[in-house]
Amino acid sequence: MEAGSGNAVDVLEARGLVKRFGEREALRGVDLAAEAGELVAVIGPNGAGKTTLLSILAGISKADEGEVRVSAGKVGWVPQQAALYRRLTVEENLLLFARLERHPDPHGSVEGMLGLTGLGERRGEVVARLSGGNQQRINIAIGLLARPSVLLLDEPSVGLDPRQRARLWEFIGGLAGDHGTTVIFSTHDIQEAERYGGRMLVLADGEALFDGSAEELREAVRREAPEAADRDFETAFVSFLHHRGH
Amino acid sequence: MRWLLLKDLQILRRSPLQAFLLVAYPVLIAVLVGFAISRSPEKPRVAFLDEIPSDARVSVGTQQLPTLGIDKRICGRVECVRVKSRGEALDEVRSGEVVAALILPADLVDRLNSLSTPNPQVPEVEAIVNEDDPLKARIVNDRLTALLTEANLVIARRIAHEGGRFVGLVVHGGQLKILGQAIPFLGLANTARILRAVRASLPPGPLRDSLDQVLRFTALTRGNLGTAAALLTRLSQPIVADKQVVSASSPPLEVFAIAVAATFTLAFVAILLVAGSLALEREENAFARLTRGLVSPSGLLTEKVALGVAVGLAVTLLMLAGLTPFVPLHWSRIGLWLAAILAGGAALGAAGAALGAAAREVRAVSLLAFMVTLPLAFLALIPSGTVGAGLYDVIKVISALFPFKPALQAITAGLDSSGPSMVSPLIHLLALTVAYGLLARIALRRFTAV
Repeated sequence: MEAGSGNAVDVLEARGLVKRFGEREALRGVDLAAEAGELVAVIGPNGAGKTTLLSILAGISKADEGEVRVSAGKVGWVPQQAALYRRLTVEENLLLFARLERHPDPHGSVEGMLGLTGLGERRGEVVARLSGGNQQRINIAIGLLARPSVLLLDEPSVGLDPRQRARLWEFIGGLAGDHGTTVIFSTHDIQEAERYGGRMLVLADGEALFDGSAEELREAVRREAPEAADRDFETAFVSFLHHRGH
Repeated sequence: MRWLLLKDLQILRRSPLQAFLLVAYPVLIAVLVGFAISRSPEKPRVAFLDEIPSDARVSVGTQQLPTLGIDKRICGRVECVRVKSRGEALDEVRSGEVVAALILPADLVDRLNSLSTPNPQVPEVEAIVNEDDPLKARIVNDRLTALLTEANLVIARRIAHEGGRFVGLVVHGGQLKILGQAIPFLGLANTARILRAVRASLPPGPLRDSLDQVLRFTALTRGNLGTAAALLTRLSQPIVADKQVVSASSPPLEVFAIAVAATFTLAFVAILLVAGSLALEREENAFARLTRGLVSPSGLLTEKVALGVAVGLAVTLLMLAGLTPFVPLHWSRIGLWLAAILAGGAALGAAGAALGAAAREVRAVSLLAFMVTLPLAFLALIPSGTVGAGLYDVIKVISALFPFKPALQAITAGLDSSGPSMVSPLIHLLALTVAYGLLARIALRRFTAV
């Protein structure tokens, strides 16, 4: 692997994660660490092990080997598909999870989340009538109701149009920048990862190939796939994976 | 758990059509099943042609019996459609307007009368049936056989009665009516009395000895004919049934029908609601989010079963309240009703949870719930003796593994004190609740797979 995490205090640290599904190894000794307020993009082609890694970090799946350590607070998880009750309103969804999270003032927490998501005026609308982007915002807001120090987002922008995607990333960026929440998100869109991820973890066939900034990844791509260096970043990245045997 | 329960009720309220169907469909099925069980079958329509001349009478010796009234008896058992010809009877049967046609031929009485002659002929009635449906054919055959048996019984009773009366006349004497004229009939008893008076006036000798022989003969004949008269009376119905009830006394049919209707309602509501709402957690991708520390899988299962019990209880009580104006229900026993409905709802809800955990989509679960519940509920209603012993044993085992039958037994016991005991069905339901709860918990592990 090219690089590791920085030097400040890591709020989440995973070491040597291995996950097997029968004979197939979905993760092969993956390491990951993230600091407070950091935005980490986990990128890789389909089947690379991104969702498996996030589900282990979230505690939904157990690793066959390795360990995950969270230094403070909870880990919030936002699944790829919105985990919402589509027949309930925006407010009812938020209120339900605020109550289940045992917030001392669930109504106050709901008001806070409605303000954060900018969906205050649509609080009484049934979720099924909202756009995919707005559903995803509620989905993330529910993840935030756990008051997590680390928020895990599994392909949060899938199925969204460019305008919805921009609004979503503005929202996520605000969480990391203004609230100090560590955000780890998976995507197979290299340009999205480059644009919004402060750091990038590249996975392919369950193996971590790179961990570093976008600029460091560009440098690595230029070094290992010089024949594609002049082409667009996505094409160069595919050549990089090819050079690494994936 | 209460917030999840509230959420499920909100979702149910938000889907009025689904909520209406969830309540209306089982209630409709329940009422239909209840009516089908409690009402006796309607009289079948039978075309009836009576060609017997109005003045024809069955004769016993020199006696003519009054009219037999077979037509009245037949038309009391079935709905008779009077026809004027055999062709019309055939048309009625072919068109399906009637299930059968019964024709009493003109020579029926003559043939009956020939039975006591040296050249007896078999009396026959003609039955025309339409056997386009095997079930209908069986019912019609059974009903025709019963009608003919009854007609034969009527004739036999009349003949036995007249024969007995004639024997009585021979023994005791009296008036014998022939062609409207009363002819005195001495009888053996009077003959013996006269002979004894004559004997007293005779001196001992051969004539008196001969008279003693005649007196002994009359005494012997009177005794034997007395026995024959009793035999003739019994001949028309030699065997009578002495019914002994060996199992627990059964409740009235209408109470049982209400119990069936209530159990159907409870079963559909509890199973469909629990299975559907559990599958919905998966369909809405909420299961993993909920069980990530917010609620345990067992807690979620308990909440779903509680939802099924609560809604099932409400709908079942509503149905019972709706039936109250039509059938007498002992509301003083409501405590027992509640115990039966709660225990039945819990076991049926747990079975619904096992189904809901086995399938991942609400539609698949709903279909599965219907496919499982309907046949198993109908199997539980098959009484012993109506199928082969081996098959009934299999049905008993299957019925014992599904909560419908014990729930029916518990609700029946709750509704009527003359029903079966409530204790063993409650224990049975408790065991099934635990068993299906464990099954559901094991099946839920599949839900956690990402």
